[in-house]
Amino acid sequence: MAVDLNKENNDVEVLQKNNILVTTLEKIWDWGRSWSFWPLNYGCNCCPIEMLAASAARFDIARYGYEVFRASPRQADLIIVAGPVTLKMKPILERVWAQMPEPKWVLAMGNCATSGGPFKDGYSILPGCDTVVPVDVYVPGCPPRPEALFHGLLELKKKVASGQYTHRR
Amino acid sequence: MQKIETLFVDLSDWFIAWLQSLGVPLAWADAILLLIQFLCIVGIILANITILIWLERKVSGFIQQRPGPNRLGPHGVFQTVADALKLLTKEDIIPSKTDRLIFITAPILFMTISVMLYIVLPMGKDMQVVDLNVGLFFFISLGSLTTIALLMGGWGSNNKWSLLGAMRSVAQMISYEIPLALSLMGVVMITGSLRLSDIVAAQDNVWFILLQPIAFITYFIAATAELNRGPFDMPEAEQELTAGAYTEYSGMRYALFFLAEYTNLVAVSALLSTLFLGGWQGPWLPSWLWIIIKTYLVMFLFMWVKWTFPRIRMDHLMAFSWKVLIPVTLVNIVATGFGLYIFKGIGG
Repeated sequence: MAVDLNKENNDVEVLQKNNILVTTLEKIWDWGRSWSFWPLNYGCNCCPIEMLAASAARFDIARYGYEVFRASPRQADLIIVAGPVTLKMKPILERVWAQMPEPKWVLAMGNCATSGGPFKDGYSILPGCDTVVPVDVYVPGCPPRPEALFHGLLELKKKVASGQYTHRR
Repeated sequence: MQKIETLFVDLSDWFIAWLQSLGVPLAWADAILLLIQFLCIVGIILANITILIWLERKVSGFIQQRPGPNRLGPHGVFQTVADALKLLTKEDIIPSKTDRLIFITAPILFMTISVMLYIVLPMGKDMQVVDLNVGLFFFISLGSLTTIALLMGGWGSNNKWSLLGAMRSVAQMISYEIPLALSLMGVVMITGSLRLSDIVAAQDNVWFILLQPIAFITYFIAATAELNRGPFDMPEAEQELTAGAYTEYSGMRYALFFLAEYTNLVAVSALLSTLFLGGWQGPWLPSWLWIIIKTYLVMFLFMWVKWTFPRIRMDHLMAFSWKVLIPVTLVNIVATGFGLYIFKGIGG
């Protein structure tokens, strides 16, 4: 059945003139999701220090409402992979990722998580966490400053709010 | 002024009269009114929690010298709305090894009990859903039922962290139940009644926080432990137990637990202001505004304590209850008895 797109757009415009806004539930949900990432407590050593700095007084991740760090993956939306993924850590990362409920996101923080960083040639280091989990946003730096982490989070917010992410289920 | 004071009472009277004018029998009209009161209570709870979670995050920010949520709306007031939308649409995971029935009913039971607490609370002059003659007893006994919901959540999850957290919460709640009830005995002795409206009426001249300062402090401490709030949040101590009894819960089921904890917080704060701070009594402002102001002050006190004290170790927690709180409350009861005896002896 052919749909007259022009006619539909006209209808929306007429409604808007009468102060009626039209939206979809998906848009509202994406709005809610984009403003409330609850990150998982996950990290290895020096990037998490910057993550802690980001939640402390000077930078304050709470301004964006992302300060609710959850210890249980069941309640987390976002896993900030901060640190290199070793062969030993790989199954754990996989399991934690699988335990998180949909919709969920990954932010690769620091050079180790994006590409293996200085340990890239090591026999036990994977070249980046994107070999294990689907990464949404990469934040380079060794370690990245809290501002860089915020920039990454805000980019992720834009991505989620625009709805241009794949529902992985 | 008088109109504002009796606004809600007048509304319910008018509603009953209107239903009767339509030819509805009085018993049915009362039943419909009860249903509406229930809906109002749920509305009050949800509105309060939306404000409260935002307030908690702002207060924690204030205490830790950070701004707190401030991007979404003025001063970040819509932050909770976004969180609620997200939690509503999260995937609902029920792990395969769980005890399914218990796992599902635990959060519902927790929330139900928390809502039931509200039916005896006086929310203003003549504003009480049911004025039970054992109102205080009803409140305390229902409050201790939440332990079972937590234990069900911990047991049903089939997870070691959940079970440990649930066991801790049972141990903690049972030991703190005793000083909680004992510290209220002084108030009951002075009033001679368990009816909450009588207790409010007895504070006409002097608030019980002045007559029973020790009971106020012990009740506050015991209530903090009952509510599983910091510094007594052992059941969900993150560093040791991930999320305690809530570890396996995701999405809206977790949110229900979260909501129920805050619902309990509002109820206990309202009871605290009813028992010790004169309830809805106060000058100039209407009574229902006074109880809201007092409840929010008490809740701020709870938040203040949570964000300034570190968590206490489990054995210290138990020792504090059995070795300090219970003796102090017992001494308080004896002292109140002597005081009453002497006072009545002088008074005739």
